[in-house]
Amino acid sequence: MVDRIAEIWGTRTPYARDERWPVRVDQVLAEGIHESDVERWVQSACVLCSNGCGIDIAVKDGSMVGVRGRAMDIVNHGRLGPKGLFASWQGVDNKDRLTRPLVRENGVLVESDWDTAMQRIVSRSKTLLENKGPLSHGFYTSGQLFLEEYYAQAIVGKAGIGTPHMDGNTRLCTATAATAMKESFGSDGQPGSYVDIDECDAMFLFGHNMAETQTVLWARVLDRITGPDKPRIVCVDPRLTDVARHAEVHLAVRPGTNLALMHGLVRELFTNGWIDQDYIDQHTMNMDELRTTVEPWTLDSVAETCGVDAEDVRRAAEIFGTSDRVLSTVLQGFYQSSQATASSCAVNNLHMLRGLIGRPGCGILQMNGQPTAQNNRECGADGDLSGFRNWENPEHVQELADLWNVDSVIIPHWSPPTHAMQIFRYVEQGSIEFLWISATNPAVSMPQLPRIRDILASSSLFLVVQDLYLTETARYADVVLPAAGWGEKTGTFTNVNRTVHLSEQAIDPPGEARSDLDTFLDYSRRMGFTRLDGTPLLDWKGPEDVFNAWKECTRGRPCDYTGITYDKLRGGSGVPWPCNEDHPDGVVRLYRDGVFATDPEYCETYGHDLLTGATIGPETYKAMKPAGRAIFKTAPYQPAHETPDEDYPFRFTTGRTVYHFHTRTKTARSPQLNHAAPDAWVEMSVNDAESHGLIEGDIVRVESRRGHITAPVRVSGIRDGSIFAPFHYGYWDEGTSGGAAPNTRYRAANELTITEWDPVSKQPVLKNAAVRVEKIADGVGQSLAPTTTASRPAERGGNRKHVLPTVGGPAAQAKETMAPVDPPMVATEEEHS
Amino acid sequence: MRLPVYLGLLHKSEATLARSFRQVSEGHGHEPDVYFICQALAAQCDGHQQALAPVIERYGEVDKDDEPERLHADGLSEIRSGPVGLLRDLQDLYLLASLVDITWTMIKQAAQGLRDKDLLDVVTNCDGQTKTQLKWLQTRMKQAAPQALIVAE
Repeated sequence: MVDRIAEIWGTRTPYARDERWPVRVDQVLAEGIHESDVERWVQSACVLCSNGCGIDIAVKDGSMVGVRGRAMDIVNHGRLGPKGLFASWQGVDNKDRLTRPLVRENGVLVESDWDTAMQRIVSRSKTLLENKGPLSHGFYTSGQLFLEEYYAQAIVGKAGIGTPHMDGNTRLCTATAATAMKESFGSDGQPGSYVDIDECDAMFLFGHNMAETQTVLWARVLDRITGPDKPRIVCVDPRLTDVARHAEVHLAVRPGTNLALMHGLVRELFTNGWIDQDYIDQHTMNMDELRTTVEPWTLDSVAETCGVDAEDVRRAAEIFGTSDRVLSTVLQGFYQSSQATASSCAVNNLHMLRGLIGRPGCGILQMNGQPTAQNNRECGADGDLSGFRNWENPEHVQELADLWNVDSVIIPHWSPPTHAMQIFRYVEQGSIEFLWISATNPAVSMPQLPRIRDILASSSLFLVVQDLYLTETARYADVVLPAAGWGEKTGTFTNVNRTVHLSEQAIDPPGEARSDLDTFLDYSRRMGFTRLDGTPLLDWKGPEDVFNAWKECTRGRPCDYTGITYDKLRGGSGVPWPCNEDHPDGVVRLYRDGVFATDPEYCETYGHDLLTGATIGPETYKAMKPAGRAIFKTAPYQPAHETPDEDYPFRFTTGRTVYHFHTRTKTARSPQLNHAAPDAWVEMSVNDAESHGLIEGDIVRVESRRGHITAPVRVSGIRDGSIFAPFHYGYWDEGTSGGAAPNTRYRAANELTITEWDPVSKQPVLKNAAVRVEKIADGVGQSLAPTTTASRPAERGGNRKHVLPTVGGPAAQAKETMAPVDPPMVATEEEHS
Repeated sequence: MRLPVYLGLLHKSEATLARSFRQVSEGHGHEPDVYFICQALAAQCDGHQQALAPVIERYGEVDKDDEPERLHADGLSEIRSGPVGLLRDLQDLYLLASLVDITWTMIKQAAQGLRDKDLLDVVTNCDGQTKTQLKWLQTRMKQAAPQALIVAE
C-alpha cells in the first residue's frame, strides 16, 4: 500500500525508449470494504483530467465503493492519479448532492418537482422566442458532459432554438488547443499520441505543469526519466514545478512573454539550419512570413523581454533542433496567457520546420482540461459546428441540415458561434434574457468575479443551472436541475490523444437526479421542436441511439467514429479515432502521410489573422491553394495588455494544482484531497518575500484594479516579480454567506483577473494581471499549500520556517500491483505495418 | 508630379484613422476586444506614418490640392454608446480605413510607374496591415450586427 497523497505519482516502473510502459494497477476501496465484498466492477474512464484513464468502478449495495485502473487500457496501463483514486467516486457519491429540482419563490430557492421546474423553463423559453426570437437565448455548457449529451444539446440549440449563443467552459481551457490545430493543420484533432512519450528523445513542456494537471501522464514521463535512456526535458514555466525540477533547461519566463520566447526558438532553428527543407517544401506553406516575423528575436532580445538567460534559450533551441524525436506538450501557461493562439501555433511551427509530425516520438499534444471537453469541440455544443464542420462553408451547414432534417436557415452560420465571454456581455447588456448553464461554475471560474456575480444576479436574466451540487453559480439560478454524475449514466468521451472510452452506468443517481441527456430530450419534447417532416427533432430513447446518430454526423470527417460501437468499446481498451472501414482499429498518429486537413472543401476553418482575429474568408483562403499543406501561422509579439507598474508592481498568475479539479465541487468533497489542500494560498519568491518582510504563513492582501483576495503566503520557487494563486477556491464551503459570494474573506483567484481574451481562440487571459501585495497580519502558522509539488517551500533564502509535509495518512493508502502482464501495445496493427 | 498630393492625403488619413481607433477604443472600453485591438491598430497606423516619412522626404507632401474637397473624412466627432452605437462607430472606422486602403492602392500604382522599389516595399507592408484592419472590422461588425439590430434595447 502506498500513501498516494504523499506519493502523487506512485511507485516507479522504469522503462527504456521504444519499450512499452509497464503495467501497474492502482486500486482504492472505501474504508472497511475488501475486494471480496465488491459485487461487480463496471467499466468506465476517469474524467478528472484530460488523460481519461481507463477505470473500473467497484459497486456494492447500489453504491460506488472504489475504483481500480484498467490494465489493458492504452492510456493508463492500469494507473490512476490522486484525483481519480479519491475524487472520481467520492466526489459524486456524496450527501451534498442535489436530489430534487429547485425553483425560486419570493427570492428563495425551494424544493420542487420536475414538472414544475421544466414548465417554468419552457414557459419562459417560449415567451422569449415569441417576443424576441432565438437571440434572446444562451447556453453556457461544460467540459463535463458525455459525447451523447453534447450532441443532443448542440442540436437543441442550433436546430431547435437556432441560437448562435452556445459555448462551453471548454472556452476557458481547451479553446486555444483546438484553434491552434485548426489554424496550422486545417482541423482540430491531435496529431500525436501518448505513445510518443515511450518513443521520444526530447520533451518540451510549454506552459504545462503536467506533474500536477495530468499525474498519470507525468508518471509515464517519470518512468522514462528513471529508465536507461531518459529523454531530455525542457520546461517553460514561471514556477519551479516538478516538471522544471526534472528539466535540463528551465525557462522561467515572465508571464505574458511566451510568444517572444517562441520567436527566439524558431529563429534559432532558421539561423542554425536545423530545418528540414524537403518537408517544408512538400508539406507546408507560408514559411517566408514566419522567417520575417521572427527575425528581430535574437537570443539577447528574448532574454531581455522574457527575463531568462540567453544561453538557456540557445540550449533549448539546440535540443529541439538536434534531437531525432521531439514530443511537445502545451497547456494553460500558453492557452490562458497573452497571444495564446500565436504562441501555441509557434509550437506547431517548430515541429513543421523539422518535419517532426506523424512519426514515432514526434508528437504534438495540444492538451485539454479533461477528456469530456474534447467532445464538446467535436459535437459542437461550444463555438464549433458538429463534426469539425466549417461555419463559413455552406455545404457543411447543409450537411448538418440534412442529417437533422431541418431547414438550413435555422442553423446560425452568419458568423462564428458566440464565445462565452461575449455571451456574458450580452447578458450584462440585457439582450440575452435566458441563460442555461450546465455543469460549470462561472461564479468561480470566469475572470473578474465581481463583474460575473453582477451579471448572474441581473434582474433581466432567467437563469437555469443544471449541476450535481448547489454551486456558487447555482445559488443565483431561477431553476436548478439536479443532474446525474459520472457512474450514474452511460455515455462515451474522448481524451486528448483521441481515445474514445465508454463509461457505463454503475449505480442509480440519487433522488430525482437525471442525466443531462434526459433533461435535454425532455426540454426538446416540451418545446415541441420538430423536423421538416413533423416528427420530433430528438426522438432518441437513450445514449446508444445518440451515439449511432453521432456516427453518421462524423462520416467522412476527421473525427470519424463510424467504426466504433458500444460493444467494441466494452471489455478492452479505448480506441483512438478516426475509426472506420479504412482504419478498423483506429489511428495512433494523424498526418503520417504529410497530408493535412487544409483542403478548402474539407477544412474546419479558413483561418484568422493571429494578431486581430480577423477571419481570412473563403476567397482568400482558396486563392492560397493550401492543397493539403500545413500552414505556418504567426504574429508579431506584443507586450501583455496589463503589465506591472508603480501601483501594481507584480505579475499575477493563476493555475491548477494537483489535489483539486476546477472549482472543487468534486474534489473538496473527497476527504483525502481536501485535507491535502483545504484552503487558498499565494506564492511569492524568496527575494520578494524578503524585500516585503514576509515569511511563510503571513497573511497578505493581493489586489488588482478589479478586486482583492486575502490568503497566507507560501514562499516558493516562483520567479521573482510574480505572484501565483491556485484557481480552485470559491465560497460554497466558507460558512455563513450562503456560498454564492464572499462573506468575509475573498479567496477566489479570479477576483483579480482581467476581462480579456485571445483574439483568435477567445480563451480568457487568466494568467496575466498586475497586482500589489500588502501584509495584513502575522501568520499563526504555515500556509496550507501542499509541499509535494510546485507550491513546495523554497529550499533556500532567509526567514525560512519549518513547514510540515503534506501526507495523506491511512485514508490515502492505495494498492499498487505491478501486474505480470504484457503492456497494451500501440493501438492499431496499422501502426506496425 | 502630383504624387505629393496623394502622399499628403494618405498621411492625413492615417493620422485620422489612428485618432479614430483610439477614440473608439476608449469610448467602448467595456468591449475588451474592441478596446485592446483598436489600440493595437492605432499603433499600426502610427507605424504607417513613420514608414511614409522617408518617402515624403523624397517626394514631398502637399497639404492642399487645387481639387476641392467634396467628401470630408475628418474622423469621428464623438463616440456613440450601446450595441448599435458600437456598430455605427465600427462602421465609421471601416469607411476611414477604406479610404486609407484605396489611397495606398493609388500610391502603389504610382510606385510601379516610378519603379520605386523602396516605396513598393512600404506599400506592401503597410497596405497589408490596412487590409487586415478592414477584415477585422468586418469580422467584428458581422458578429455584433444580429444582436444589435434584432434584440438589443
